[in-house]
Amino acid sequence: MSAELPILAPAMPELFMAIGAMVLLMVGVFHKKDSYAVTTRLAMILMIVVGFVLVTQSSGGRELTFGNMFVSDGFAVFTKVLVLIASVASLFMAGQYLKDQKIERFEYPILIVTATLGMMLMISANNLLSLYMGIELQSLSLYVLAAFDRDRVKSTEAGLKYFVLGALSSGMLLYGISLIYGFSGTTDFDMLALHIEALDGMNMGLVVGMVFLMSGLAFKISAVPFHMWAPDVYEGAPTPVTAFFAAAPKIAAIALFTRVLATAFPDMVHEWQQVIIFMSLGSMLVGAFFALVQTNIKRLMAFSSIGHVGYALIGIAAGTQAGIEGLLVYLAIYLTMTLGTFAVILTMRRGAESVEDISDLSGLSETNLPMAIALSIFMFSLAGIPSLAGFFGKWFIFKAAVEADLLALAVIGVVTSVVAAYYYLRVVKIMFFDEPVEAFDKQKSKGLSLVIGLSALINSPVSYFIMIAPLVVLASWASKSLIF
Amino acid sequence: MTFLDTNLLSLLMIIPMIGAVFIWMVKSGETMNGNIRIIALIATLVTFLLSLILWAGFDNSSADFQFVERVTWFGDSITYTVGVDGISLLFVILTTFLMPLVIVSTFEVVDKRLKEFMIAFLVLEALMIGVFAALDIFLFYVFFEGGLIPMFLIIGVWGGANRIYASYKFFLYTLLGSVFMLIAILWMVSQAGTTSIPALMNYHFDASAQNWLWFAFFASFAVKMPMWPVHTWLPDAHVQAPTSGSMILAGVLLKMGGYGFLRFSLPMFPEATVYFADFVMILSIIAIVYTSLVALVQEDMKKLIAYSSVAHMGFVTIGIFVLNQQGIEGAIFQMLSHGVVSAALFYSVGVVYDRLHTREISRYGGLSTNMKRFAIFFMIFTMASVGLPATSGFVGEVLVLFGAYEYSSWVAFGASTGVVLGATYMLVLVRGLIFGELTKEDVKAMPDINKREFAIYAPMVAVVFWMGVYPNSFLDPLHASVENLINQHDAAVSSMHQETVE
Repeated sequence: MSAELPILAPAMPELFMAIGAMVLLMVGVFHKKDSYAVTTRLAMILMIVVGFVLVTQSSGGRELTFGNMFVSDGFAVFTKVLVLIASVASLFMAGQYLKDQKIERFEYPILIVTATLGMMLMISANNLLSLYMGIELQSLSLYVLAAFDRDRVKSTEAGLKYFVLGALSSGMLLYGISLIYGFSGTTDFDMLALHIEALDGMNMGLVVGMVFLMSGLAFKISAVPFHMWAPDVYEGAPTPVTAFFAAAPKIAAIALFTRVLATAFPDMVHEWQQVIIFMSLGSMLVGAFFALVQTNIKRLMAFSSIGHVGYALIGIAAGTQAGIEGLLVYLAIYLTMTLGTFAVILTMRRGAESVEDISDLSGLSETNLPMAIALSIFMFSLAGIPSLAGFFGKWFIFKAAVEADLLALAVIGVVTSVVAAYYYLRVVKIMFFDEPVEAFDKQKSKGLSLVIGLSALINSPVSYFIMIAPLVVLASWASKSLIF
Repeated sequence: MTFLDTNLLSLLMIIPMIGAVFIWMVKSGETMNGNIRIIALIATLVTFLLSLILWAGFDNSSADFQFVERVTWFGDSITYTVGVDGISLLFVILTTFLMPLVIVSTFEVVDKRLKEFMIAFLVLEALMIGVFAALDIFLFYVFFEGGLIPMFLIIGVWGGANRIYASYKFFLYTLLGSVFMLIAILWMVSQAGTTSIPALMNYHFDASAQNWLWFAFFASFAVKMPMWPVHTWLPDAHVQAPTSGSMILAGVLLKMGGYGFLRFSLPMFPEATVYFADFVMILSIIAIVYTSLVALVQEDMKKLIAYSSVAHMGFVTIGIFVLNQQGIEGAIFQMLSHGVVSAALFYSVGVVYDRLHTREISRYGGLSTNMKRFAIFFMIFTMASVGLPATSGFVGEVLVLFGAYEYSSWVAFGASTGVVLGATYMLVLVRGLIFGELTKEDVKAMPDINKREFAIYAPMVAVVFWMGVYPNSFLDPLHASVENLINQHDAAVSSMHQETVE
């Protein structure tokens, strides 16, 4: 091949991000005083600018570059915007907590930036190799972030667990990739699709490779049966990191998952649909039942996010464009619910320590009514009760499932959401019905208040009248751009 | 007037919400409680007066939906569409009529966290009106389920000793039934390609599909009504809820089940309705007989009235599923009557509870001596519950019995046992509370009802007698819509027979 420079335009946001990350590193190192504050501010600006560039320069059509390894289409733009919002919000929320825990170091925003960069590469991957590269870039940043509170045992334990299990799953992923390459001769998604279409029967090697690939990816999104790292890592990691974990990497990994299945393996629908259905069922059941006995709110949220991944997988399992549309709406709403909930969790401090027991929320409605109402909105939204935004996500997902004839999955889905409603209600009950305990410290961070307020507003019935219509239109446009 | 005409229903929903927003802005603290009460009362009174305009402007001769408003919303077909026909009109009026009474009933009784309390009730009112007025099935579901949240909070925060168990049970039980309905709705929408209720009413679903769709909807409405055997949440919810919560629960929330059957199960699944009619009859008669007998042995008066509600709802389901004019009109009338009467009965329980702080019947006795006015009111409402002629209960019951007899004399027989049993436990309650010797000291010291309590009773008594003596005012709006419902139903069923014959 001639040594031409690849077309840089579609990858402009990522290039910006990469160069920005390196610049931030320099800024962090050389800015002696206040390095955290400066770096964070610059990181947020960087991500907002990248988002801007992303939205304005994308033509909406499908653009390939870097030897067809990088694709930019409507789907990618939509999910990248969600990831960027999650990252900016996590940065916004983190300041006070890091200061209180005395881990206010400039590496934090830089790691977030590199993780986000990895996620953006994942979403835009059109080749198994760039997929792996994006995953590794993201994962390595996340491993370090999980262990960021290095003087606390829980955090280092979380980081170590995440790293070991993540490396194992990456190994599985690579094995799957190698099998797929071996049996098809290509790692490019489009070429794979053509190859599979041209195949006469089913190639066992490809199927096995695909299953390994899906297993590796399932780890990343904490879907059953590869979910077991999630509760421990979520509990151990510093809370702003947990918030980031619950939001951004999930969205990126699910988007990646969708793209791989839709673009590279569209003709093997019957094979992967079964696997996805199994993972979805398992995730919904685990997320519903295992959370019932939790007392730590971060672990509860871990199981809750496992459950939500199960619902999101229903959208993929449907195998239709409506399913993808439902998935995107669900992810967008899930993002706001999760960020809001973790923002409230970040306010739970008493004295020098941050408290994480659900029972510490007792009587919050009497000590801090606005916070209690915000958390109730998030809880009801997570449970999918109508009049809150979470219900919309469920409506679209289940509609896609019913249209694709996955009735049993839909029925189990709704029943598990009733089971899950119990523990969401329990949080509301503890806040409203129980006697108040010692109040939390007064919350000073403006960024936190902003995130809580905004998320609560978006999840409340106000969102109904204003936001849902454009969101659905955008999701529809994004899902259409994914080849099916 | 034209602005009102075109936006009346939305106004009815927005005004309680505006009231809630105003209350939200009031400063917290005991001193502001008076202001909060006034705001809530004004909001609900204004809503009631506007709903009277709705009634006055309603065209009794038309079976169409009136006061329709439609705004495109999102997705392929989901719109904000509201409207009322003869069936839903009176439920809306029932809601707006009861709410001011409920609000006044809380004066001097509830002091703790009054702000949140009033906000919950006002939001609940908006949602309830929305249930009856919604003409888009997505919107209906949102309002239907959305009402669970304020009720959960009302029972759980301001309720009795075992309120947490009761509120969980209420919420999760109702939610479980309703999610099955959600799946059915999704299936229907994907089949018919529309979420508009009038369009869905005209769409013909496959007969086999209708059966499971009907059953999914039944799961939800049977729990809401409640029907035996999924009625067990009601006694707990009623006993633990505060008086005002019980009034609104029995008065309006239970009616949503019956309304659901009339709006969805009958028109959208006609063949399945016929198929399951016998099943519903059996369940209803069991409900009537069984819960009446259970009511007979209750010591807690609130539980007794709760079980009597289940028995009355058994009557309603009989009336709906006999599928003739008298039966359905009787069922709707019975629902309206029960709404007012049971609200009044629960209020009476609240009146004595406020004085003696116990709901045990045996702790009372002889109230006719020192609480004369209360005794009169209580007798009126218990007799209305029994179905004494000249009260509202009689008209509903008699129409249902006529309709049931046309369906099957056995069903009519079973239903009439309910009348006798109803009289039995109500008279036991009355004797235990009102008559007998006035021996206990604390009971002797109970003051008679004051002006505020009288002001709550008076409108309800007036309505009960109005409905009993001149029911046509309430039956007239029903005629056209019910006739239309039955004609459409018969046409659908006979065309199915046509197809199978050919």
